[in-house]
Amino acid sequence: MQGDVEENLGAARQALSEMSVSGEVIQVKTPSAVSAVDAIIIPGGESTTIGRLSMAGDTLAALRERLNSGMPALGICAGLILLSSQVYDRRMGSTGQPLLGVLDVRLERNSFGRQRQSFETDIDMEPLGITGFRGVFIRAPSVTAVSPEVEVLASVDGRIVAVRRGGIVGTSFHPELSGNAALHRNLVDAARR
Amino acid sequence: MIPLAGDRRDAVGIVQEGDSVRGTTRVKRGFAHMLKGGVVMDVTNAEQARIAEEAGAVSVMVLDKLPSDVRKAGGVARTAGVGTIREIMESVTIPVMAKCRIGHVYEAQVLAETDVDMIDESEVLTPADEARHIWKWDFITPFVNGARSLPEALRRIEEGAAMIRTKGEPGTGNVAEAITHIKKLNDGLRLARAVYDSKDRQEMMRMAREYRVSFDIIEETARLGRLPVVNFAAGGIATPADAAYLMSLGCDGIFVGSGIFKSEDAANRARAVVLATTFWDQPNRVREAQEMIDERMSMPGLDAASMELRMQERGAAS
Repeated sequence: MQGDVEENLGAARQALSEMSVSGEVIQVKTPSAVSAVDAIIIPGGESTTIGRLSMAGDTLAALRERLNSGMPALGICAGLILLSSQVYDRRMGSTGQPLLGVLDVRLERNSFGRQRQSFETDIDMEPLGITGFRGVFIRAPSVTAVSPEVEVLASVDGRIVAVRRGGIVGTSFHPELSGNAALHRNLVDAARR
Repeated sequence: MIPLAGDRRDAVGIVQEGDSVRGTTRVKRGFAHMLKGGVVMDVTNAEQARIAEEAGAVSVMVLDKLPSDVRKAGGVARTAGVGTIREIMESVTIPVMAKCRIGHVYEAQVLAETDVDMIDESEVLTPADEARHIWKWDFITPFVNGARSLPEALRRIEEGAAMIRTKGEPGTGNVAEAITHIKKLNDGLRLARAVYDSKDRQEMMRMAREYRVSFDIIEETARLGRLPVVNFAAGGIATPADAAYLMSLGCDGIFVGSGIFKSEDAANRARAVVLATTFWDQPNRVREAQEMIDERMSMPGLDAASMELRMQERGAAS
């Protein structure tokens, strides 16, 4: 809908080509497109905006249904917020934005501060077998509470920045800006299973 | 894919802290990426900022006066008051930008210390230095600059701009100049791409000299066939159809200045412009968006060609 769509399309194509898997990468803006895909990336952008736009076209409802019936997903930054069940802003408290609620985690928006505090650093996600992954954090959220069925994949300075439940992975950072398609390959893997 | 590398090793604005690093080109250009497909709205107070956020704006730009009022007021237009900016930062969760005068390094530093998310070195304000823009590599805070053509855009990127907005004529409600400039920029990109494909390196060098930029940035841009940073359209956008048209010309998003809060149906119009920007490729959705506004409530336009003050020309020569 909005945000780093083009770069995620590129990273997904890169993943397919690195794995020598044939597949099609499409942009999803409508409920009918939601039913046409095997896995979905919800990219970073402005979460308030994305939530409002998704509501406008019933796409959010279609997406929730697919995810609840097991479609794999990669939610990035604002995408992770959309997947979560609870969110609050570090300064402003409750945000009232629409959520999918498919990852039972609580998120703090703008957890590391404003843009001047945005940073990059190396991330290890041992359960996925991915190490030294360049994590790019842009006004990033962090996970402040997880339910028992959600697995923590990585933390930075004691803050949870990557989580997983089944085929659904959420990250605070932006894998599409790292040039490394490992997390996108992981999504393709989940879709093939 | 837009490259995110190309850090300047000598940049003061890159800060290493333990294992993490702030102010890199990737982090600064990456911020602009998160705005893609969205609308940035000019606001002058917290109430307008909340309306913009509620409508789905990706960010707000704080000014002391909307561009059309800057035009009317005359005199020197400066950066907005720190108090106003703070109040707006405390009222919304979306990113907050603010404008400084072209070349005014210390207005920019004040904005950076206020912790705005992006600084717009803008021709809407009165330039402080006609010959030099700010050396933006020295800032952790990313910058956006205006440009009317490919050479102007590349000069700004070489000074460290993390984002470009093609200039229209601000405060006019007339989209004609914005359309002219995005088409001119696209012409420049097509030419560069053609030269790249022909492998005529000497011609690329000639272009670099004519444009007053480095060979490297010409080569990178020509290879990509687009600007190496996110590019929004700006200046004179008043309706959803204006926004959708500019998106169709290859812009990554839209800045709306006076068009929303100088209309009489601001909240509806703000939502409508956001919808048209997202669904610009679906004509029926653009029609729906256009239906949400009342043309009798659009800001009265100005004919840019007959105006005395042409803000777009400010800083263009340097």
